[in-house]
Amino acid sequence: MARLAREHGAGLLLGLAFALWPALAAALGLEWSLELAARILIYALAAGALNLVLGYGGLVSFGHAAFFGAGAYVVAILAYHDMVLGPVAIAGLEIPGTSDAWIAFPLAVLVAGLLALVIGALSLRTNGLYFIMITLAFAQMIYYLFVSLPDYGGEDGLSLFARSSLRPLELDDNLAFYYLCLGLLALLLAAKALVVRARFGWALMGIRDNERRMTALGLPTFRYKLAAFVLSGAVTGLAGALIANLTEFVSPAFLSWPVSGELLVMVILGGIGRLYGPLYGATALLLLEFALKEWSEHWQLALGPILILVVLFARGGLAGLRRPRGAGHG
Amino acid sequence: MAEPLLSAEGLTKAYGGVRACAEVELALAPGELRAVIGPNGAGKTTLTGLLAGELRPDAGRIRFAGREIQGLDAAARARAGIGRSYQITSLFPRFTALENARLAVQVASGHSFGFRRAAARDRRLAARAEALLGEVGLEARAAVPVGDLAHGEQRQLEIALALAGRPRLLLLDEPTAGMAPEESRAMVALLQRLRGGVTILLVEHDMDAVFALADRITVLVGGRVLATDRPDAIRANAEVQAAYLGQDGGDGAETAPC
Repeated sequence: MARLAREHGAGLLLGLAFALWPALAAALGLEWSLELAARILIYALAAGALNLVLGYGGLVSFGHAAFFGAGAYVVAILAYHDMVLGPVAIAGLEIPGTSDAWIAFPLAVLVAGLLALVIGALSLRTNGLYFIMITLAFAQMIYYLFVSLPDYGGEDGLSLFARSSLRPLELDDNLAFYYLCLGLLALLLAAKALVVRARFGWALMGIRDNERRMTALGLPTFRYKLAAFVLSGAVTGLAGALIANLTEFVSPAFLSWPVSGELLVMVILGGIGRLYGPLYGATALLLLEFALKEWSEHWQLALGPILILVVLFARGGLAGLRRPRGAGHG
Repeated sequence: MAEPLLSAEGLTKAYGGVRACAEVELALAPGELRAVIGPNGAGKTTLTGLLAGELRPDAGRIRFAGREIQGLDAAARARAGIGRSYQITSLFPRFTALENARLAVQVASGHSFGFRRAAARDRRLAARAEALLGEVGLEARAAVPVGDLAHGEQRQLEIALALAGRPRLLLLDEPTAGMAPEESRAMVALLQRLRGGVTILLVEHDMDAVFALADRITVLVGGRVLATDRPDAIRANAEVQAAYLGQDGGDGAETAPC
């Protein structure tokens, strides 16, 4: 019990705060804040997925926007065909669009996972800086692909007419949507907590710390890195599907490199390789952005120095403040 | 002699114009402890890398346990039964000695696609990891993070990791590198215990260790095999003395890579 409190205390407390926030916000007349809180949860989900490869696998992906945007576009394009364009004919088959989340969300996960499989299979043959650059390059390719697709809005993006329907849940109800985000985040955090302690997580951490030794021990490291990359991309795609529903709008901006950078900042700020790090990081970064935007339109001028200070003085990120010397598997 | 466990024919590896290994011939009998010595730059570490699969030879063939393995990568050779240790300690510094051993046992025990059960609670992994630490004399240091282990203890742990897959062949690249005399003696005692049970190729600068342990010695000079013979014959070999022992043999003070 004491161990549980030590390892999960702050994370569970923050989770509880998110669970209670809608009631509190209603009491305080802050209903507008639900959108911001949902955005935090969604970004925490994506940053948590990035943390699997970055924190446990040591793979600095600068291209996770591709999976985030792909998930978002799958939902938006399916809805657009459902509402506006009508079915597509592929090889004589009439394929209708859909606004059903039971179909669109799994497809978003699948497409993002397949994209990660292709990008990972090619870029995981490189290391270090080259890996950073090649993941960035792939993500930018996808970005420009969608910029140049006028059928799907091109640079202007696509609006959704309504949120996806997840019967019996009504996602147009902000509260239902918020708890869906929280539930999915909790579920995937729990899954990640299991995975990183299981054999797979140890293999990843071994690769992160000493890939040459893992190979000499007999581990074909490539397939483990690829598996982690695909899992990570697939979950990031789910976050993308959620963000499309939150904003009811997608544009190539979701695919652009600043999104990849933001996700990296969230992981680093929260604590690389720490279970709740991405949740801390997403909460801190998005709240900070929000507060600074209220204060000045030149908010990024203040955000930069704050991030530098955190990185300089809290080496383990926010999660490291309590347990400065982490073994890297907390 | 019986069919060799490991044999190399015409093994050649060049870096630019320099041939680090030139047509190296090698045959290790099962159970043999073979020392490989030679001055710095003789190609000893290159040879280890070629046999372990970390380096690709430009030419030559390697047979291990009855099959050709030059097409296998390092991971596949490890699974085929070749364990290795590194000249420069190569461990998982954030983890404890037991966690290091357990990770090695996990890799050796098959695939690592386990997603649910905590590896730390796997009794079989733990039991085998503890036994490994016992084999190298580290059982009392199981819970110590590797970064806090003494240099000699880290070198012992290297051996434990190399043993995790129950290899038939151990490639040991200077196991006594950087050790104090006391630690060096403990390492020699450990290798004495291992010999016979597993075939060992030992690259070593410490001549006391080499002559105490080796069944036979191969002398490499300039990437070529100068001689392979019993220790007393190597000691008496005039060519070897001229090329190597005469100029810088003896006290194991060298640690630079070759």
